[in-house]
Amino acid sequence: MTLLRPAGEFDESYASDMATIRRPWQWVALGLFLAAIYLLPSYASQNTIALVNRIAISVIAVQGLNLLTGYTGQISLGQAAFMTVGGYTSALLMIHMEWSLFVTLPLSALAAGVVGLIFGLPSLRVKGFYLTMSTLAAQFIIPWFTRNAFPDLLNGAQGLNVPVPVLFGVAINSPQRFLYLTITILIITTVVASNAARSRLGRAFVSIRDNDLAAELLGVNLYKYKLQAFFLASVYAGIAGALSAHYLRHINSESFGLADSIILLGMLIVGGLGTNLGPFLGAALVEFLIELATLAGPFLGKIAPSTAAGAVQALRPLFFGAALMLFLIFEPKGLAHRWQLIKAAWRLRPFSH
Amino acid sequence: MNWQLLPQFTISGLLAGGPIALMALGLVLIFKSSYIFNFAQGQLLLLGTLLTWWLAVGLALPLWLAIVIALAASAVLGLLIERLTLRPMTGQPLLSIILMTLALGQFLQGMALLLFGGTQRNFPQMFSAANPYKIVTPFIYNERNIQIILKQNLVWSFVVAILGVVLIAAFFRFTRTGLAMRGASEDHELAQSIGLRINRIFGISWAMAGVVATVGGVLLATSSGLDLNISLLVLTAFPAVLLGGLESIPGVIVGGLIIGLSQGLVSASTVQFIRNSAEIMPYVVLMIVLLIRPEGLFGLKRIERI
Repeated sequence: MTLLRPAGEFDESYASDMATIRRPWQWVALGLFLAAIYLLPSYASQNTIALVNRIAISVIAVQGLNLLTGYTGQISLGQAAFMTVGGYTSALLMIHMEWSLFVTLPLSALAAGVVGLIFGLPSLRVKGFYLTMSTLAAQFIIPWFTRNAFPDLLNGAQGLNVPVPVLFGVAINSPQRFLYLTITILIITTVVASNAARSRLGRAFVSIRDNDLAAELLGVNLYKYKLQAFFLASVYAGIAGALSAHYLRHINSESFGLADSIILLGMLIVGGLGTNLGPFLGAALVEFLIELATLAGPFLGKIAPSTAAGAVQALRPLFFGAALMLFLIFEPKGLAHRWQLIKAAWRLRPFSH
Repeated sequence: MNWQLLPQFTISGLLAGGPIALMALGLVLIFKSSYIFNFAQGQLLLLGTLLTWWLAVGLALPLWLAIVIALAASAVLGLLIERLTLRPMTGQPLLSIILMTLALGQFLQGMALLLFGGTQRNFPQMFSAANPYKIVTPFIYNERNIQIILKQNLVWSFVVAILGVVLIAAFFRFTRTGLAMRGASEDHELAQSIGLRINRIFGISWAMAGVVATVGGVLLATSSGLDLNISLLVLTAFPAVLLGGLESIPGVIVGGLIIGLSQGLVSASTVQFIRNSAEIMPYVVLMIVLLIRPEGLFGLKRIERI
């Protein structure tokens, strides 16, 4: 979305033409931002750090969904189910094989990717709404499988207690230490996602989204790219699921349910479909809203005691549903689009266009 | 396979397909007229049923009056939803519309939890639970005829559900409004240009979907009690809709019965793993339908042009 660039700014080499970060001050800003995030444990409260961890994990899952839904246009209601696959895989490998996270994380991503491919298979024949239904099937079949299959291994509905990962001799057992892990992985996934989106792969994805028949006539192999999109999205979900399982130290069939899949899609819409910034803004805003509901719940309980018991559980879907509906009606292109408009307005000041 | 229980589970599975067909009907009603697949149907059903419960138990009204008021209220709720949330989405891409109904579902679920709390409730019984119907079948097992025991509410839910589906099919076939709605489903702009009021048609279909949802919810609640998870039961109706074909009203009966039957048949298995699979059978059927015949049994096959 480099629609508007200041007058006089030209690319003088291929390297600068391809660069994501163009100006020296952008490197400085990025460095300062990363420093602020990495230094959070030294100045922020426990709650803030937990919130940042949750946001980072959500961003990873939404980035994957963005590749599938935002760029390729295949609507998925099963992202949370693939997180379940990733979480269980990493937990099982660490419990039974005692492998390090360096090995279990890629393997759990791969496992989720393969399962994602299986449920992406109907995309060979159906699209749009029908495909949504097949991903919805994944959202029911996978948790059911973890509840009922291999009771000795998966421990049925109780789920598994997930071990603490140890990296370089340090046990990652507190939200503070986990922050370094999640942010580092988030940086890697962001670089991969943004590069995938602007390469041959990403262009093929966008052409499928915009008009799949035209894309096929132009020689884009629909099946190959659709399956690649499913695979990539599930890989991201697997990473997010594994991180989440190690962070919460427990996983069962209800850790990532249909509501979570809906929330991930909602984050994507609120942030902005098909943009690199969208997953960050959307995940942050929605996690803030959920946090707000958690804080407002007990308060509401004081005003109207009859509702106290379920207030928090009630407010979360209420806030999220209301926010998503408002966004769909008034800001359907999401926060990333609004950010582009603000930037453009700033550059063109004092003119309006 | 547990042969002794097979006839029992076959029949009760088929009967359970009745309410599934009714819930599927609510989805088809909206899809037929407006091409919106309503993921919030479950929450519509939940709110209607909770309202019936509140009128009948909280305000101690007679059950029939409570049901009538709740049906009227859910029609109004359906109208309101169409006007406030889906009218602004006209002409938006599929993803936005799917997400709108999903968001609406989340919102209504939160609303129901906030207003009514999450406790399990006993719904007033309409049919006596004490005297189940007994059918003696000609099949012989261990030198005795196999008996099928059917709970009254299961049988009557089935009858009411099928009656509802037939009534609505007749409405589409024989009334002026019904014909207008079918016409509108062919092409919205064309319908508008020959003088059908498209907004009113969408409104009517949402109101009808609200009513159908409440009827389905009340039927389910009489047999299995009422809690917030009742909204999830509609998810078993999604595969029924796809199996029958998205636009087809007779399709929902066939789809509902097949889904109910598939759940009944796996319940008769002697292997626990297969028995437990009853809850996901609808989705297994769904995956098979999507891979083999995506347009369903009676749906329209669409031809695409660039």
